[in-house]
Amino acid sequence: MLTAIVLLPTAMAALLLCLPRSTPRTLFLTAWVVTTAAELVLTVIVWARYRADGGMQYETRARWIPSAGISYHVGVDGLSLPLVAVTCVLFLACALYAWRETRKVREFAALFLFLQTTCLGLFVALDLILFFVFFDLSIVAMYFIIAGWGHQGAARAALKFFLYTFIGSLALLLGFIGLYLATDPHTFDIVELTRANPLAGRSTYGALVLLAIAVGLAVKTPTVPFHTWLPPAHTDAPAAGSAILAGVLLKMGTYGFLRIAMPVLPGAWRDHALVFVVVGVVSVLYGALVALAQNDFKRMVAYTSVNHMGYIILAIGAAGAVGAGHEEARRLAVTGSVFQMVSHGLLTGALFLLSGVLYERGRTYEMSAYSGVAGRAPVFAAMTGVAAFASLGLPGFSGFIAEFQILTGSLGPEPVATGLAVLGILLTAGLFLRALQQVFLGPLRLPAAAPGADRPFPDILRHEALAIVPLLALGVVLGLAPRFVLDVIEPASRAVLELLAR
Amino acid sequence: MSALLWALVALPLTVGTLLAVAGRPADRYAPGAAVGTAVAALGLAVAVAFEHPRVEAPLLEGLPAGLAVDGLSGLMVVTVTAVTVAVFLFSVADIGPGEARARFFGLMLLFSGAMLTTVTATTLPVLLMAWEVMGATSWALIGYWWRDTERGDAANTAFLTTRAADLGLYLAAGAALASGQAGSLALEDLTATTGAWSDIVTAGVIAAAFGKSAQLPFSFWLSRAMQGPSPVSALLHSATMVVAGAYLLLRLEPLLAQSGWGGQVVAWTGAVTAVVLGLVAVAQTDLKQLLAASTCAQIGFMVLAAGAGAVTGGTLQLIAHAAVKSLAFLVAGAWLTALGTKALPALRGAARRHRTAGITFTVAALALAGVPPFALWAAKDVLLAGALEDNAALYTVGLAGAVISAVYSAKALWFVWQPVAVPDEREQRLPYAARLPLAALAVACAALTVTSFPPVRDAVERVLGGEAQPSPYVWEFALSGALAVAVSAVVWIRGPRLLALPGPISVLASGWLRLETAARTLLVTPVLRLADALAAFDDRVLDRAVEGTARGSVRLARWTNAQAERLVDGTVEGVAGGARALGRWARRPQTGQLHQYLAQAVAAFTVLAVVLVLVR
Repeated sequence: MLTAIVLLPTAMAALLLCLPRSTPRTLFLTAWVVTTAAELVLTVIVWARYRADGGMQYETRARWIPSAGISYHVGVDGLSLPLVAVTCVLFLACALYAWRETRKVREFAALFLFLQTTCLGLFVALDLILFFVFFDLSIVAMYFIIAGWGHQGAARAALKFFLYTFIGSLALLLGFIGLYLATDPHTFDIVELTRANPLAGRSTYGALVLLAIAVGLAVKTPTVPFHTWLPPAHTDAPAAGSAILAGVLLKMGTYGFLRIAMPVLPGAWRDHALVFVVVGVVSVLYGALVALAQNDFKRMVAYTSVNHMGYIILAIGAAGAVGAGHEEARRLAVTGSVFQMVSHGLLTGALFLLSGVLYERGRTYEMSAYSGVAGRAPVFAAMTGVAAFASLGLPGFSGFIAEFQILTGSLGPEPVATGLAVLGILLTAGLFLRALQQVFLGPLRLPAAAPGADRPFPDILRHEALAIVPLLALGVVLGLAPRFVLDVIEPASRAVLELLAR
Repeated sequence: MSALLWALVALPLTVGTLLAVAGRPADRYAPGAAVGTAVAALGLAVAVAFEHPRVEAPLLEGLPAGLAVDGLSGLMVVTVTAVTVAVFLFSVADIGPGEARARFFGLMLLFSGAMLTTVTATTLPVLLMAWEVMGATSWALIGYWWRDTERGDAANTAFLTTRAADLGLYLAAGAALASGQAGSLALEDLTATTGAWSDIVTAGVIAAAFGKSAQLPFSFWLSRAMQGPSPVSALLHSATMVVAGAYLLLRLEPLLAQSGWGGQVVAWTGAVTAVVLGLVAVAQTDLKQLLAASTCAQIGFMVLAAGAGAVTGGTLQLIAHAAVKSLAFLVAGAWLTALGTKALPALRGAARRHRTAGITFTVAALALAGVPPFALWAAKDVLLAGALEDNAALYTVGLAGAVISAVYSAKALWFVWQPVAVPDEREQRLPYAARLPLAALAVACAALTVTSFPPVRDAVERVLGGEAQPSPYVWEFALSGALAVAVSAVVWIRGPRLLALPGPISVLASGWLRLETAARTLLVTPVLRLADALAAFDDRVLDRAVEGTARGSVRLARWTNAQAERLVDGTVEGVAGGARALGRWARRPQTGQLHQYLAQAVAAFTVLAVVLVLVR
């Protein structure tokens, strides 16, 4: 089942590439939408048949390179299932959003479908090499999306994104090889490695392996100071690419921490948890402050991602404070961090698509070029307002459930750091309100340089609304009735903490 | 019964959301739907106030969502829904058909629904959720006329200030969980915390309450919040938002008492706010600003009551103030609509021209002044009795606050009853829909007085539960009533000339103590500077370091190509050349001529022989 979910998009992509380029545009787009919708349906089926307390499920394991201890091993548990689901939702949203795309539609659809395979494959992978392969392939696909369909500086931004994250992935590979060599018998299988706890009692070796893995994942997440590839990549990527980059690709880093670093290297994680706490807090505050100083709407949203990812790092760092009590609090923090991945995926995905809507109409992201847009496009303004309030952690939306759990859970183990991180939610409130006021409120003013300044600034179009409204609606559902997701996550976070306590 | 409680909370929130989402197409139906919902909510509120239902649903792991109605919540839900109905009836007339009515009524319903959730929440997460949603809807309501940049600024100031204070609740929740003693973060369990965690919980709750209730030093946001439509002010100042902080402190009075210091801090902050913001109100020349400052001062009394443990008095004050202040703001709004002004000098004679408004405003102002027999007079004495038992100085400061409230109320009255009638070109009469709530609220201002005297007060005390409260002596009622009447009379006779405070103080007071300027210079500007500096650091240092590394790599590659490559290749070429030379050289002896070979052999053997001899 999982294999089908993972491979279906790529099969479809291959099929699309076989068709001649002269095939009508809508055929490619319809095929793309249908495939992503089918993916979502399949994931819903997987979710429906998933038993919340059943550990790893839907496991498949096939021989791949047995001599090197590598196998094709996939499965889902409470950490990965929500991410698989949010991935499918976001890809469907992007497919709908791209309905009016005219540039090289065949390749665009095929690349996105291939990217979906890599993302889903990474989240279900239970073998380090499989994880690594999908990790790198996602970078490749995203490189082409940014370089091929981005704005002016896209080639350079895409190259920077590619090289930076690729170097990160090499550090990751180094760490994986370190793990492989430390286990007896040698294996890359995550489940076996987790069971074996190969570096128990070897603190220096463990620390070095953790360093390599952490650097690799921190580049992808990204945390301060490894985040500088993110703003240019987002600013120059097409809207759908940004949505996937922020909504799905960033989660690969944080997911890696929860899936690999914490369970396989519990000793090293406990010893160095404070590093993650500090990095988390710095990311929270630094990301929010730098975002506050931006005048480019998309760049601002990009920096808020650094802030939101910082909460996750803070929470998993605080979870490493084993032995000081606070069991319930740490469990809450880990659950919150997984929930934050889901929530951030939906809300930031929506925000990036909305920034694409803005760019489509005004041809610039500069906020000072706009004013009073609410008068011209009230629905668009309302949707952006909702997305911004959701992203600043307003209760009633998923962001609050995530951040409340993270902050409440982390305060006990790490009071000082969490006390500082709480300021982050005030800063994000400030920056989003400033942006809303600048762009949407006040007297009407549209960018002068836009082709024909008196050109109408149309309100949100149907395909755009179809893409964005479900994301926001899911944000509300998760914010008001989070139980159905929390029921899946909570057993998994308990398992992570048990593994960490070994 | 539990279904009724769910309905009470869900009905306004759902209808409000639907109206706000539907937007302009729903404008026609919005007033009817909103008033209907508000009336239904009032009915539900009365029902649950008698039944005291309690519901719970799972929310987070180990932290359920709970709602319940007890004595205090019961009084609160009835107050909130009753004031909401009155304000909505007035809004139908005030927010005309040309406005975005669906948005207005939708947000108002959300706002009051959030307040209903706040006052019925039994666990901290739910309380915090409703608390913040209320803040966000207040943003949208204050910025309702969003085309004015100033109103947008005001909305931002209000939301950011209250959210800054709300951080206290986040910390309180974390600390309560960390202590491990507060179980599921139920509000009633917060007192079980001990030690440093307990102090954090107490401090967090106090900060959040002060922020919402616009107590010192957070008062300035309320001045800016006046930019919203008048019905918004009427609801925000009376039964929702600002009283949420006072409610929270009254609800958590045991926590304050247990902390050892919380009660004192809260009581004194309330008392000082009552006096200082009272002086601010005296210095205002704008009716809405005067009323806003008086809200801070009047809520100061409730806060004082919570700190001093006088929960009954605080609750009575809260209910009475809700009626008084919503009435005052509705009349101010009516004048603003009819006369286009809210500046006091321009409102001269307004009460004479609009009789219903004038008389009801007079009732509200007299009640605000603490003049008998209106409700705030007696309610204040009930709570001050609690303060007197605690501390005579606190009582004195509170009484001073009461006297000042007489000054500003009489000042407002003096202006609106001046015989010089303002010319009213429009000659608009208040529609009946607007007069009905004014009259009803005016009656309430007087009728609520009975709640401060036995036997009703005893009943309220019984409903609220908790320990027995000190009851005021007759001389206290007499003293405060006499003071209020005397001071009001003096102000009325002497007019505003009496009110000239010393220059610098009056400047400070009319500018709301320059608190907002202080917040901007001390907090906002440095943060924005820091943000700019960090953004520059991000671009110029961090990013450039990365780019530098990349450029360095390219340079290293070029150097390798130019230098190292030449070296390596040169060595390879050199080896090859040497081998070739060696080969050439080795070819030379091979001439093919026998005599030369012989000579070579002789030479070689000779060398060999010499070597052998020498080595041996």
